[in-house]
Amino acid sequence: MSNEVIIKNAVKRYGDFTALHDVSLNIEQGEFFTLLGPSGCGKTTLLRMIAGFNSIEGGEFYFGDNLINDVPAHKRDIGMVFQNYAIFPHLTVEENVAYGLKARKTPKAEIDARVKEALELVQIAPLAKRKPSELSGGQQHRVALARAFVIEPSVLLMDEPLSNLDAKLRVQMRSIIKKLQRRLGITTIYVTHDQEEALAISDRIAVMNLGEVKQIGTPREIYAKPENPFVAGFIGVSNFLNCEVTANDGKTAKVSIKGELDIDVPVRRSYIGKAQLSARPEQLFFSKTGMPGTVLFSTFLGDFIEYEVELDDKQMLIINEYTKDTTTVHEVGEKVHISFDATRISLYDDAEEVLSK
Amino acid sequence: MTKAPRRKLKMDFWFFVKVGVILALCLFIVYPFYTILTKSVFSSKVEGMTLYNFNRFFTKKYYYRTLIRSLVICSFTTLFSCVIGVFIAYVMTRYNVPGKMFLHVLIILSLMSPPFIGAYSWIVLLGRNGLLAKAFSSIGLTAPTIYGRNGIIFVFTLHLFPYVYLYTSGAMNSIDASLEEAAENLGMNKLRRIWTITLPVVLPSILAGCIMVFMTCLADFGTPMLLGEGYTVLPVLVYNEYMSESATDPFMASALSVIIVACSMVMLALQKLVVEKKNYTMSTLRPPQETKLHGFKRFAASFPVYLVIFFALLPQIVVICQSFVERSFSGMIQGINLNNYRAILSRLGQNIFNTYAFSLVAIVFIVIFGILISYVLVRKKGKAATVIDTLIMFPYVIPGSVLGIGLIVAFNRKPIILVGTAAIMIISYVVRKLPYTVRSGSAFLYQMDPSVEEASINLGVSPMKTFFTMTARMMLPGVMSGAVLSWITCINELSSSIMLYSGKTSTIAVAIYQEVVRMSDGTAAALATILSVTTVASMLLVFKLTKGKVKIV
Repeated sequence: MSNEVIIKNAVKRYGDFTALHDVSLNIEQGEFFTLLGPSGCGKTTLLRMIAGFNSIEGGEFYFGDNLINDVPAHKRDIGMVFQNYAIFPHLTVEENVAYGLKARKTPKAEIDARVKEALELVQIAPLAKRKPSELSGGQQHRVALARAFVIEPSVLLMDEPLSNLDAKLRVQMRSIIKKLQRRLGITTIYVTHDQEEALAISDRIAVMNLGEVKQIGTPREIYAKPENPFVAGFIGVSNFLNCEVTANDGKTAKVSIKGELDIDVPVRRSYIGKAQLSARPEQLFFSKTGMPGTVLFSTFLGDFIEYEVELDDKQMLIINEYTKDTTTVHEVGEKVHISFDATRISLYDDAEEVLSK
Repeated sequence: MTKAPRRKLKMDFWFFVKVGVILALCLFIVYPFYTILTKSVFSSKVEGMTLYNFNRFFTKKYYYRTLIRSLVICSFTTLFSCVIGVFIAYVMTRYNVPGKMFLHVLIILSLMSPPFIGAYSWIVLLGRNGLLAKAFSSIGLTAPTIYGRNGIIFVFTLHLFPYVYLYTSGAMNSIDASLEEAAENLGMNKLRRIWTITLPVVLPSILAGCIMVFMTCLADFGTPMLLGEGYTVLPVLVYNEYMSESATDPFMASALSVIIVACSMVMLALQKLVVEKKNYTMSTLRPPQETKLHGFKRFAASFPVYLVIFFALLPQIVVICQSFVERSFSGMIQGINLNNYRAILSRLGQNIFNTYAFSLVAIVFIVIFGILISYVLVRKKGKAATVIDTLIMFPYVIPGSVLGIGLIVAFNRKPIILVGTAAIMIISYVVRKLPYTVRSGSAFLYQMDPSVEEASINLGVSPMKTFFTMTARMMLPGVMSGAVLSWITCINELSSSIMLYSGKTSTIAVAIYQEVVRMSDGTAAALATILSVTTVASMLLVFKLTKGKVKIV
């Protein structure tokens, strides 16, 4: 039976070092939830606390209504896919998959049926009698996947399961995992440092940095409305510019960028003073007026052209122009002016809190 | 919310393993050695604590010359073993020596064969009534004597050069071919390439092999005892001081033991200093290529290798032949038959039974403790693991005879009396061989990703059951091959057995020693043949277990 997972104020310490500060998450039943962040952000630490392999220094972990803090790892009823798959090398494929069912004392006939079904789901039924050493990386990954979900766990955990596969296989396995999760409806917590993978696979994402959750939201929300400069910089590409809010009525702020460009930005609250704005490469465009600069470099990427533009104060910007939208090509060395789509940029106050709507 | 961090002692299975192991190690390693240490600073001649024994050792020629002799023998043996071992390793890895794999196996076999059988066999050939000695004198020549310093060095070198060979050939096989090609490309000629690139890179391995030779040589008792005659070395002196019927002096014997252990510790420290600092890790992309020699060049390169291996294995062959020859008291050949075997079966059946029974029991303990201890060392790091790690190193530097004395002085009085029992023999085997099994077990565990165990726990199998059904099960093949090697050294063990045996607990090795002393060549040969055949059979088992990749060192 699949479960919701509730984490309240989780704390992890290694001696004096605090690896997790007060992390709280509500993961809904059947949700595909991703912990995303750079290495060392605490995402794997948190996952291993849920699995029961790391001690919990503070906070409460619930599966549904059950507090699991003191439940030993082997009684938590969790499926887990490890980064290196952790296939038992001395057991065959089907013995690997049957291992968890045997531990649960499932009747033999049922084990056989469920193992067969699981292997068919991950499309490796013909390899049932093979030893792990005879399998490719992708096949081992499928065994690890089948072994984890065949026990119908209340929660499925995945620790960077695709990081050891080559690029093409990674995309392929990504969609297999996603479809399987939909079909089985298992609450899944997925750890990755690859933002593209996180955006593609997740229902919701928690972006983490330095042991804190920086933002929780759907992939679309996190990409379009990053709540702080870290998320804006970590997810996708962002251009950051220092600016000043000169007037603000709580709905619209007048923002002056280097005294060269004034724009009106829709905001959620009042604030006046130093600020920072971030804009995606596709939210910048070439215009008649705006910030003056020079094209330094252009890369043709098929459906769009990526320009590197140096503003007169030496700051670099990345601008994407879609080939279907324009026929003009800017040459290297060309003097240009840059403007923003003010309704779609993000604006942060000097405490790095989001201002823009 | 402000829960105090739980730091209570977990009284789980591993807690009891740690406590049990530390207690056992203290009882059977620390306590005996501590007893020796305390005994060494007392004397029957002086009241109270004294350095009398050490003072006497360094001033009386009778004593200090044994240390000098031991060092002379160890140094020359190491030097010769080094030259022979490196030469054979170079030729075997770089040239097309015919029957290479077979020769490699033979070299390993000669290392695993009991060392004192080599000594005994050379007595049969070159001793006072030796076959070769007689042959020489029949044509009016005097054969070189096998007794004394030169004989000991000769026999030791033939027995121990395989250590240097194994370490060096291992390193030579892992040098990337491009290293030497780069030197060639930079304009170095062949000899200078070997001198400036190949040798320096494999030097740490050569030194490691040399130190193994030196330490084995320093601790060995059987060979100098049989061949020494008047040339007494330190371990023999320890034995004499402790066991000789006339003037036993356990205090002096203890002081001598401390001196031997000190020498071993210096060597071990040297090893840490030199070998571990200068170890190069190389990623071998292209293993070195074998040069194809033809005709005379091939013969000239191969012949010395064959010659050395022939001499190294000659003792085994001689002993086996000798075992079927029945002789009268005066040494006349009575016939070729199985009478020697009949004699030992009727007279020494108990010894044969003891040898196998003790070794088997010891191996069972070694495997169980070896797996548990290496798991604690690798996966349960902490204060307890550090203590165990340090204690387990001790047997490396304690020669068998010293451990034997330690166990006797520690357990010949209440509360625990073990002297004369089978238990004390088995304990000495376990203590001496356990470190090797722990080392191979730890090496395996370091390679095994912990997530395999976590996967099992995660799938609902308790940590305890995971250890026994998964981890221990996966460790077993690696540990077993190490254990069979330990089994071979157990059945051939002499230096601590000779201290610890009693009438009922004597072993084959002890019996061979006694038969040789009694000049009863035939029965000694038959006993030695039994050991040799068992050794070969066990080695074949190891080859099968490891699929040909034996790791002795």
